[in-house]
Amino acid sequence: MAAVKQTVEHVEALEKYQHGFVTDIAQDFAPKGLNADIVRFISGKKNEPEWMLQWRLDAFERWLVMDEPQWAKVHFPRIDYQDSYYYAAPSEKKGPKSLDEVDPEILAVYAKLGIPLKEQAVLAGVEGAPRYAVDAVFDSVSVVTTFKKELAQVGVIFCSMSEAIREHPELVKQYLGSVVPVSDNYYACLNAAVFSDGSFVYVPPGVRCPMELSTYFRINAENSGQFERTLIIADKGAYVSYLEGCTAPMRDENQLHAAVVELVLLDEAEIKYSTVQNWYPGDPVTGKGGIYNFVTKRADCRGDRSKVSWTQVETGSAITWKYPSCVLRGEGSVGEFYSIAITNGRQQADTGTKMIHLGANTRSRVISKGISAGKSSNTYRGLVSAHPKAKGARNFTQCDSLLIGKTSAAHTVPYIEARNGSCVFEHEATTTKLSEDQLFYAMQRGLSQEEAVQLLVNGFVKDVLQELPMEFAVEAQKLVAISLEGSVG
Amino acid sequence: MLHIENLRAEVDGKEILKGLSLDVPAGEVHAIMGPNGAGKSTLSYVLTGRQGYEVTGGTATLDGEDLLALDPNQRAAKGVFLSFQYPLEIPGVPALTFIRTAMNAQRKARGEAEITAPAFLKLAREHAAALKIDFEMLKRALNVGFSGGEKKRMEIFQMAMLAPRFLILDETDSGLDIDALKIVSEGVNAMRAPDRSMLVITHYQRLLDYIKPDKVHVLSAGRIVATGGPDLALELEREGYDKYARAA
Repeated sequence: MAAVKQTVEHVEALEKYQHGFVTDIAQDFAPKGLNADIVRFISGKKNEPEWMLQWRLDAFERWLVMDEPQWAKVHFPRIDYQDSYYYAAPSEKKGPKSLDEVDPEILAVYAKLGIPLKEQAVLAGVEGAPRYAVDAVFDSVSVVTTFKKELAQVGVIFCSMSEAIREHPELVKQYLGSVVPVSDNYYACLNAAVFSDGSFVYVPPGVRCPMELSTYFRINAENSGQFERTLIIADKGAYVSYLEGCTAPMRDENQLHAAVVELVLLDEAEIKYSTVQNWYPGDPVTGKGGIYNFVTKRADCRGDRSKVSWTQVETGSAITWKYPSCVLRGEGSVGEFYSIAITNGRQQADTGTKMIHLGANTRSRVISKGISAGKSSNTYRGLVSAHPKAKGARNFTQCDSLLIGKTSAAHTVPYIEARNGSCVFEHEATTTKLSEDQLFYAMQRGLSQEEAVQLLVNGFVKDVLQELPMEFAVEAQKLVAISLEGSVG
Repeated sequence: MLHIENLRAEVDGKEILKGLSLDVPAGEVHAIMGPNGAGKSTLSYVLTGRQGYEVTGGTATLDGEDLLALDPNQRAAKGVFLSFQYPLEIPGVPALTFIRTAMNAQRKARGEAEITAPAFLKLAREHAAALKIDFEMLKRALNVGFSGGEKKRMEIFQMAMLAPRFLILDETDSGLDIDALKIVSEGVNAMRAPDRSMLVITHYQRLLDYIKPDKVHVLSAGRIVATGGPDLALELEREGYDKYARAA
């Protein structure tokens, strides 16, 4: 019997998408569709001050006359922006004060996803065991943020964006939209009008944030979009490492996720931003459903010698359109981008980065690993540019693509603009096929086909995985394996 | 140990093995020699279950167990090991990681517990020293940037680590200089045991000066056409394969 049970568990574990469950929770929705009244409704729901509402309405006006970008190598039917809900929130009289007041159903969702929402004390006798402060965003609202008090003791502000607008308006006013302007692009502009929630972080001068901060995004409601907005400010000499994770239920309709993330770095500040994106990718055979992940992420290294590092593991979503970028303004500032993008089934990804060198002696590094399997398409699109003033700018880009099977596609589209003679830009690109010879070699040594694929793929993405915080790296490694199950054979 | 009877196999619809029969009893080392295109490598791939090598008739059993019905990794777990003529490069995967993953996969398949890290490292240090492999090299990605000789030595190292029951050496001498050949041969000879058999596939007699076979078979046009003692290898070296090519 034990063997039978084990087999059942094993088969369940092989389920293509493990976070596809739906939770039945009483929710408040805004009426379907999008107009200025919906924008007012969202703002009102959040008790926002007038200036915030005006900011949103201004964004909405601009969005009305903008067009969707067409240059990415992705294909999808036209989105009917009137056929979606722009606000969905678990019903609550007021925001929960503590964990005890959060709907147990929601807590169960996060428990099922393995996200710690309890502020567990460091295990007795385990010196330096890492702790994570978590901001949990469920559909349009942040349901709980942990470790807030402890972080406040060192002056770190970590709260939901809605709370920041109410409690820290001076910081929000100063920085919101300063990295990604309201009308930067179609999706960012839409986000500015209807953004629901997200995380806000401020690390004061000279403070090294004592723990990893993380936000966990969950789309649950049907036919709803998620538009979170995250703003992280690292003041002079501050350091913070931030992680974000995302999942969604399996649904037949496509759901839009248009997020904006802004990072601000002052002199000698450092931000490490890691993402593990595992939105529902849609049906692997028919391509039905899945998340449209249209995200704008940008870091502004305003200060001299500041450093930002983006690490992303993109395994989910029907379509990924995302280019976490670095504006290297401060002298000697450093930007890094490490990416693993995996597409399987009918997924499409067009992702990469922009390294914009404005200051002298700025440096950037891009390591991109794209893996395409099934009938998917995976494009790396990256820009490296140097302003005339960016004397001595350096970039190193390496982009590797791995093809699995005979029906997947990989594309590399690098743009390089050097507008002064003293910069050094290097670009290396490779495309390889996971060879049957390698698979057989590993299998001859005793590995099953799945294990062989895992081992080879993990070897391929190793340079990026090691950039992730330890525990995330283990998760990411498992996710890589799950995403590619059944991709060979 | 290994019993092959009237084995037929084809690649891309072309018959390569045409009724091959062979017996390798436990504890013995048998050499397979033959001209290019005789089916030597095909035999090694058919025995290890490579895709695209389709068995159309006959049987192959290891201690009475049907090998041909098993997946490649299942055969490996039963103790079948192939030292590749052209070992593959595995980017990003350190040699030690690769071997440990393989070893534990085999152990799992046999219902055994995983090897502990200290036990594994101790074993690795011993075998690396015996094969004069720099331990640091084992931390590098397997075979990536290794010379031909290093790759072959790494095959023998893997073999020593995994301690298989039935060893197939496919052209292990190709690409080896005389010093490397000696080290590799010593490694192979150290593995001779009463409960272990080897099939040494080679084009040249040279290797058999170092790894002394109990029997030598001549493979030509998909069949074993002659069987003899070590002297047969010397005769082939002198007279070539012409006689057997005609016989086939």
